[in-house]
Amino acid sequence: MATATQASRHTRISPSHAVKDIAVITKRNLLRNIRLPQLLVFATVQPVMFLLLFNYVFGGAIGGAIPPIAQGEYINWLLPGLLIQVAAFGAGQTALGLTEDLSKGVIDRFRSLPMARSAVLAGRTLSDLIRNGFVIGLMVVMGFLMGFRYQTNLIAFMGGLAVAMVFSYALSWIMATIGLAVKNPEAAQSAVFLPVFPLVFASSVFVPTQSMPAWLQAFAENQPITVTVNALRGLMLGREALADFQPGMTVGQIADAVAAAPSVGGQVLLSLGWAVAIMIVFVPLAIRVYRKTVS
Amino acid sequence: MDGSIVRVENVVKTFGETVRALDDVSLEFEPGIVYGLLGPNGAGKTTLIRVLTTLLKADSGYAEVAGIDVRKDPVAVRTHIGLAGQFAAVDDYLTGRENVEMVGRLYNLSAAEAKLRADEVLRRIHLDEAADRTVRTYSGGMRRRLDLAASLVGRPSVLFLDEPTTGIDPQSRIDLWDVIRDLTAAGNTVLLTTQYLDEADQLADRIAVIDRGKLIAQGTGDELKAKMGGSVIELHVADEDRAKALDALRAVSSEAGFEASHKSIRLPAPDGSQTLLAVVRRLDERSIAVEDVALHKPTLDDVFLTLTGRGAAEAEAERESTKKPARRGRRERSAV
Repeated sequence: MATATQASRHTRISPSHAVKDIAVITKRNLLRNIRLPQLLVFATVQPVMFLLLFNYVFGGAIGGAIPPIAQGEYINWLLPGLLIQVAAFGAGQTALGLTEDLSKGVIDRFRSLPMARSAVLAGRTLSDLIRNGFVIGLMVVMGFLMGFRYQTNLIAFMGGLAVAMVFSYALSWIMATIGLAVKNPEAAQSAVFLPVFPLVFASSVFVPTQSMPAWLQAFAENQPITVTVNALRGLMLGREALADFQPGMTVGQIADAVAAAPSVGGQVLLSLGWAVAIMIVFVPLAIRVYRKTVS
Repeated sequence: MDGSIVRVENVVKTFGETVRALDDVSLEFEPGIVYGLLGPNGAGKTTLIRVLTTLLKADSGYAEVAGIDVRKDPVAVRTHIGLAGQFAAVDDYLTGRENVEMVGRLYNLSAAEAKLRADEVLRRIHLDEAADRTVRTYSGGMRRRLDLAASLVGRPSVLFLDEPTTGIDPQSRIDLWDVIRDLTAAGNTVLLTTQYLDEADQLADRIAVIDRGKLIAQGTGDELKAKMGGSVIELHVADEDRAKALDALRAVSSEAGFEASHKSIRLPAPDGSQTLLAVVRRLDERSIAVEDVALHKPTLDDVFLTLTGRGAAEAEAERESTKKPARRGRRERSAV
């Protein structure tokens, strides 16, 4: 072995080695998706099913309650919301992947190798980001087939997708922490949905928050999923989508509501701020739990 | 380094407040040998491996591998070791070759080197034919061998094998023994843990017996067997022949004696079946008819009985309450 024996100083992993390690682990995780296609199928079928169900079951009933910028098409309103729901559910895979590696002794092997310790978590979250990107791409194609049309421009639309990816990556770190803390794959399965469900449903993903009771509305309007969904809707549909819209409003009232709506840029910044804040807390936390984890 | 490749001094590791998984353990051994750590479940074998492979920090004491302090410079230690844990830590959905190459890359080999090394170790471990199949098609024994291949890819100075044959069928076990023997013939240094005395005896140049976190005996297989009396011959003869038989057998071993409870004559058999042959021949010469004869080899149970005054199963049961929950069993599919 090339490494010199040093009694007092300790050996460090160079950044270029760390990058290589992250690439190796990311590739390994992605190969799993390709070799076990059922993983990807289930990851894709579920959101597509949500898209179809919500659009055709609720679309007719909700269509009148959404801002006019959606052109009365629920799919226009629904797709940006569902993209974030997919991002949140998809992030749960980070917890499942980690617990599986823990229970199989793979993490022990990694920890006994002269590799960057950060590579296990970085590789895991990166491969999940790529996977989520794939699912989001598929959702967009499906949405277009179902009649979705962005009302702004392509660049703003792509910006919306980028915001979704950033948010998904931040959530992956929360899920990594949960997975490493519960350790067991079966427990992780339910543990990850515990925070995701209320956040996704008590948000503007499916319906405008104005229809909720005041106490719930207060929560729903200020939580990160709503903020991010608003950012996406703003980028994809325009500021009108963020207006406090009530059915039966006159043209003048709508114009006033739009003028009072939060700015799109503000919502985007707020969403990115949430993502950064989540990562500031959960990246070090996940690393700490990983270091402490003794399976 | 003063000649030893692994050195452990007064290492203590406790879990919670009551469980002393390692209780003042000291050992050392030189390169090129197989060091066997023998003990029942929960004795502390895996904990010691985890300390030496930098997965776990000891509470106190000193441990070094290849001359490097495991606490001070774990990264350097990791470049010198290979670990095959209790469960084959291989990826089902990768091929055998991909598994080994990946570990090679994580040992900082270049892609080309990793490929070359993977070929080499897969051949060495007799998995070259199955190398391009996904691991899901492997049998339990093949998975263990692949795990071993992965631990070899970085040319480790010390190979740590934690119960390498637990849970696999007898034939695979013997195959794996052959592989481990080949490795040691090639000069590899191995620390292996086992619950089986015959495994330690077959593979290890030196054996340490561990119980309740303490090393209770160390030595070569022969030394240990000598300590507990080694194999024993038990034979039955007709009552009227007993005195004559005992007389004849005392010439073979002064310890030959009659054991009333079994109505049998017992004597130690330091050379196993050789002693048995000598005994039978001698009785035959004297025309004493043997009704029944058996050669009892000492088991881990005997070792424990001798060293601790209680059997291995008992020792295990004692630990049951403090043991960590068992990990999930692995699905093992047979080879296609």
